[in-house]
Amino acid sequence: MTVVTPTGEVPNDYVRIESADDLTTVQGPLLAPLALAGAAVEARRNDRLGLSVANDTKVDAIAPFFDAIDLIAVEFPSFSDGRGLSLAKRLRRAGFAGRLRASGPLIADQFAEALACGFDEIQLPETMAARQPVAQWLAAKDIVTEHYQSGYGADRSILQKRLAARKG
Amino acid sequence: MYRYDEFDERFVRERVQQFRTQVERRLDGSLSDDEFKPLRLKNGLYLQLHAYMLRIAVPYGTLNGKQLRQLALIGERYDKGYGHFTTRQNLQFNWPQLKDVPDILDLLADVEMHCIQTSGNCIRNVTADQFAGIAKDEVEDPRPTAELLRQWSSLHPEFAWLPRKFKIAVTGAEHDRAAIKVHDIGLKVRRHPDTGATGYQVVVGGGLGRTPMIGKVIRDFLPKDELLAYLEAVMRVYNAEGRRDNKYKARVKILVHEIGTEEFVRRVEAEYAQLDGPTVNAPESEVARIARYFAPPAYEALPEDSAVLDAARRADPALDAFVAQNGFAHRQPGYLALTISLKPVGGVPGDMTSEQMRAFADIAERYSFDELRVTHAQNLVLPHVRKDDVPRVFEALKAAGLATANSGLVTDIIACPGMDYCALATARSIPIAQEIAKSFADERRQAEIGPLQIKISGCINACGHHHVGHIGILGLEKSGKENYQITLGGDATEAAALGERLGPGIDAEAVPGAIETIVGTYLKVRTDGEAFIDTVRRAGLDPFKASFDAYVAGEPA
Ligand code: HEM
Ligand code: SF4
Repeated sequence: MTVVTPTGEVPNDYVRIESADDLTTVQGPLLAPLALAGAAVEARRNDRLGLSVANDTKVDAIAPFFDAIDLIAVEFPSFSDGRGLSLAKRLRRAGFAGRLRASGPLIADQFAEALACGFDEIQLPETMAARQPVAQWLAAKDIVTEHYQSGYGADRSILQKRLAARKG
Repeated sequence: MYRYDEFDERFVRERVQQFRTQVERRLDGSLSDDEFKPLRLKNGLYLQLHAYMLRIAVPYGTLNGKQLRQLALIGERYDKGYGHFTTRQNLQFNWPQLKDVPDILDLLADVEMHCIQTSGNCIRNVTADQFAGIAKDEVEDPRPTAELLRQWSSLHPEFAWLPRKFKIAVTGAEHDRAAIKVHDIGLKVRRHPDTGATGYQVVVGGGLGRTPMIGKVIRDFLPKDELLAYLEAVMRVYNAEGRRDNKYKARVKILVHEIGTEEFVRRVEAEYAQLDGPTVNAPESEVARIARYFAPPAYEALPEDSAVLDAARRADPALDAFVAQNGFAHRQPGYLALTISLKPVGGVPGDMTSEQMRAFADIAERYSFDELRVTHAQNLVLPHVRKDDVPRVFEALKAAGLATANSGLVTDIIACPGMDYCALATARSIPIAQEIAKSFADERRQAEIGPLQIKISGCINACGHHHVGHIGILGLEKSGKENYQITLGGDATEAAALGERLGPGIDAEAVPGAIETIVGTYLKVRTDGEAFIDTVRRAGLDPFKASFDAYVAGEPA
């Protein structure tokens, strides 16, 4: 699994676990399904904890764990399913300040969208990463330099820039 | 008309470059065919029955002469010398090569045009009343709103992978010429009854296709400056909760239908309450900046009536019929808007040759402040013609084969591409339109029949809007043979209604006769001056069913 960030590829330091037993046997940072969130927090490990959530999860089901986790991985079942983008937007609005990861077979052309909606990184299956090397992701991210929508991404929208230009 | 500033210009150029790299990455194998498909669709590129089809956005149906000339050039260089205007005010080329598409996009960008989001599961090109800024019943020009939405929806980061396509239409008038009730979102500019402030009535969940539905009002009055934030809330609810398990149930109309309007409103309002509106909405001065582009052109101060036109009409019955049929009252004294029919009898509804485009560009430049419009009935409009100039304009139109005096009449038929182009078609629709038009070719008879909209689709996807045709024709396939279902009483205006089935499906050859039978019944049943749709509403389907049944049974009418 490859993890792509706006500055390039980074190692994936989280190990995905499937059952409560793994909480004690697996070392290092964990990525636990939401169903195990309670148990994982309970286990009070000293390592970092991430939660993997389906793209139709309600924010209310995740928010109670915000303080105990430092990563949320939103699962994209396919690249053409945009629900994860709205979930990211809502998670940020609800105050989640940790790492937000889009996980699944996304394509490079979606990198800018994902970042604008609040994601920090994309975790790709190897087959996808092999076809679409990181260089493509970085190039695709910047090909359209401006956006009309306000409230997406850190930089100002075209509408806001026009306003600023008018004010001189 | 709106003009690009440096931001719009750069945006469209970069979008072309983006598509160029997407094509390259498809060709070198980085993108699979499945991955490339939505990317090309979002750039208006379809794979049809015989070839690619490129759909060019004509935002809210406005064009200038230079743009039309560029379309003429593209049609000549990359197609077979013609283009096709669609029911969503766009233009399609049916024969471009994939390798040429990025170059075509560059040519479009040269005249401030693009193909952005004319297809795919995203917010599509926004449509509006073709008589915007002209009609006397207008509260406010809908084009500034439509332009704001064009910008806001272009490459929206969150709403580019919706469950299904999403269509928005805007009207600013009392009489709805934009069919807002059969769109995913329909907006009607209105004034608050108490405060007089400007805002929108918001309608959601209309649509045609295999499950036709009339939209529901979800906000009776949305203050104008809250538009983008409120739409963001609607879109987010739909993006998160619209069905993705079945593409036929994925439109917002199904979500609204399944959870109920009240629950849908509750979810939208809950989302809206959490949104930080001011961070999303357009700054007031930006809305004003856009609106200034749509200020009225420099009209001359003229008397309402034109002696020149009156005399010419008396002298030339053809001109008289043309003005009576295709003229639309302008709010500016001494001016007239003219509908230019792309439905000559025997022609392909909506087709226009490159020569006609050039001739029409000349006319628009000379006589209509360099502006023209596309209507959702696949016709064009010259928005601001001095009445004194109308005789000359008529001569020029005649020379270009563009003076058919049938706007709104029985031969002004909307037809989807059907079996001639479309891979999904179950039947032909263009040839059916042609046969019906031939059967009613006599102009005097057409005028006597009066306003009557026939709409034809070649399959249940309803691209030809048959559900909302006064007479709707749906082409299906029955045991290997084309079979046509006829509906009556559909309406796409503020009195929106879905047509009802008249009887069993019939063969292609029988369709013109069936339409004759329906029209014959109407002429018998109508009261003085009663339009077709009003007769159907008053008298109901029964008289029409009886004569239709007799026709199908082979009895003489
Ligand atoms: C290859 C050509 C085309 C294909 C494959 C196609 C496909 C479709 C499909 C699948 C639908 C149903 C969507 C749904 O209900 O979810 C639809 C609806 C529609 N299409 Fe097309 N179409 C084509 C050409 C056109 C053309 C040429 C026009 C305009 C003249 C057009 C305008 C529309 C409109 C207005 C609808 C209305 C239904 C709605 O929005 O609810 N389409 N089309
Ligand atoms: S209605 Fe059917 S046949 Fe006609 S264009 Fe649409 S999909 Fe094709």
